[in-house]
Amino acid sequence: MTTLATTTARIAEAAAPLDGRHPVAPLLERARAGREFGANVHSTLDVLWVLYDRVLRVTPATVDDPDRDRFLLSKGHAVAGYYAVLAAKGFVPPDWLDDQGGPESRLGDHPDRTLVPGVEIGSGSLGHGLGLAVGTALGLRAQGLLDPRVYVLLGDAELDEGANHEAIAYAGAVGLANLTAVVVDNSSATHGWPGGLATRFTVNGWTAATVDGRDHAALHAALTGHHGHRPHLVVAVIESE
Amino acid sequence: MRDRFVDTTTLLLAEDPRTALVLADISAEAFAPAARRHPDRVLNVGIREQLMLGVAGGLALTGLRPIVHSYAPFLVERAYEQIKLDLDHQAASAVLVGVGASYDRAAAGRTHLSPADVALLDTLSGWTVHVPGHPAEVPGVLRATVAADTSAYLRLSTLSNARPHAGDGALVVVRDAGPGAALLVAVGPVLDAALSAAADLPVTVAYTHRPRPFDTGGLRALAGTEVILVEPYLAGTSARVVTAALADRAHRLLTLGVGREELRRYGSAEDHTRWHALDAAGLRRSLTGFLSAALV
Repeated sequence: MTTLATTTARIAEAAAPLDGRHPVAPLLERARAGREFGANVHSTLDVLWVLYDRVLRVTPATVDDPDRDRFLLSKGHAVAGYYAVLAAKGFVPPDWLDDQGGPESRLGDHPDRTLVPGVEIGSGSLGHGLGLAVGTALGLRAQGLLDPRVYVLLGDAELDEGANHEAIAYAGAVGLANLTAVVVDNSSATHGWPGGLATRFTVNGWTAATVDGRDHAALHAALTGHHGHRPHLVVAVIESE
Repeated sequence: MRDRFVDTTTLLLAEDPRTALVLADISAEAFAPAARRHPDRVLNVGIREQLMLGVAGGLALTGLRPIVHSYAPFLVERAYEQIKLDLDHQAASAVLVGVGASYDRAAAGRTHLSPADVALLDTLSGWTVHVPGHPAEVPGVLRATVAADTSAYLRLSTLSNARPHAGDGALVVVRDAGPGAALLVAVGPVLDAALSAAADLPVTVAYTHRPRPFDTGGLRALAGTEVILVEPYLAGTSARVVTAALADRAHRLLTLGVGREELRRYGSAEDHTRWHALDAAGLRRSLTGFLSAALV
């Protein structure tokens, strides 16, 4: 069983040699402010860190650059780790972490793209991120922006929302090669996904990789493992809570 | 109106590389030539209205100007949360174009009726709503709307006035009954019936195809103490706006439009116009009752 303490320590260790300014662990502690985090925060930290540290081509200086990679957090409740990583990478001042949800805060319990630099979508209601990601991928393609990738992070229970299945079928049918969906699977869907999550995507024409959601090397390989003309799925399996 | 929409949108797609069209199978055949010319900007997602709005939100986030089109009940009612969250909450905007207004396809029954569309969009902030009263009004309204950058809804109908009364959306006086007369505001295709109903009554008739933002300045300039709203969607939809605009004046307001009760009757659009008392005879009954009360 991986605990928050070991996870944050691992992230801090990973962060230290790469970015000595803002190790994630103390930032996450600031955002936590004594509260107990649920599984939604613990389950996404490693994916978020690998994305922002090693995969996404976006920096605080390029948050408005049309050529940037996009990261869309669909499961908007998984926000504390997201804010901590954004602070670690310099998108938001660390001071903002101390007052999440406060009356003067720009950081809500769900993120608002108009309030937080680097945040691509406001989310919180499940089932919206993948559709927005499909539209973003189509919009980039229509404007000849063929380099940027669109990453969208969902949870396995979020896939219960039917809107996702509209997007899965359509993205596969039209071959959105610039789209990667990441599903953090901690087996929290009420009725489960017999046969595995990935089959729902691959039957619709996606490529898919299922990896240990705590293994940074495996995550990195999967998150950059898209090829050909198909949309790509990464299932990051973590322990059930 | 749908034909004029298809023609104008096809031209806009060719003229402006910022435009995109998102469909959910409805009208896809009519847009097939445009789709062949602009395969990256004419997107038919299949019968998936939630995705249609989500895609529009994503397109807008990349800087495109999406036009989103379907049957009104599927466009506005089925995907309401996507309109609220995938457009408004993202500070993204789009032009929604619905056909099948209120009871255009009465014989299809309740599933294809949408008299609540404008009221539903009224729960959101900052939307422009256009209700053309004649096919010739559509191209200009659509072009101006697409050229702007706010979210808008164009409510197209098979019902129409005999001739266009286009304008910029401000109230246009069509019949002036002089100072002190009651003011009737007709929105879109109900104008001709309203004019006929008021023909020999002391009523000034004004027209608009743009109930949102409502021309409150024009209303205040034209209104006396009696105001009558005639709208081709849920009765009273604009009452809130008119009441607020005249809050500092003693006035009486009559709101006419489509009733809330589900009739469970088929027939034609004209039949429903009569059953909702939006034909000339029905409107006249409502007008005389309202105005005679003022004389008591």
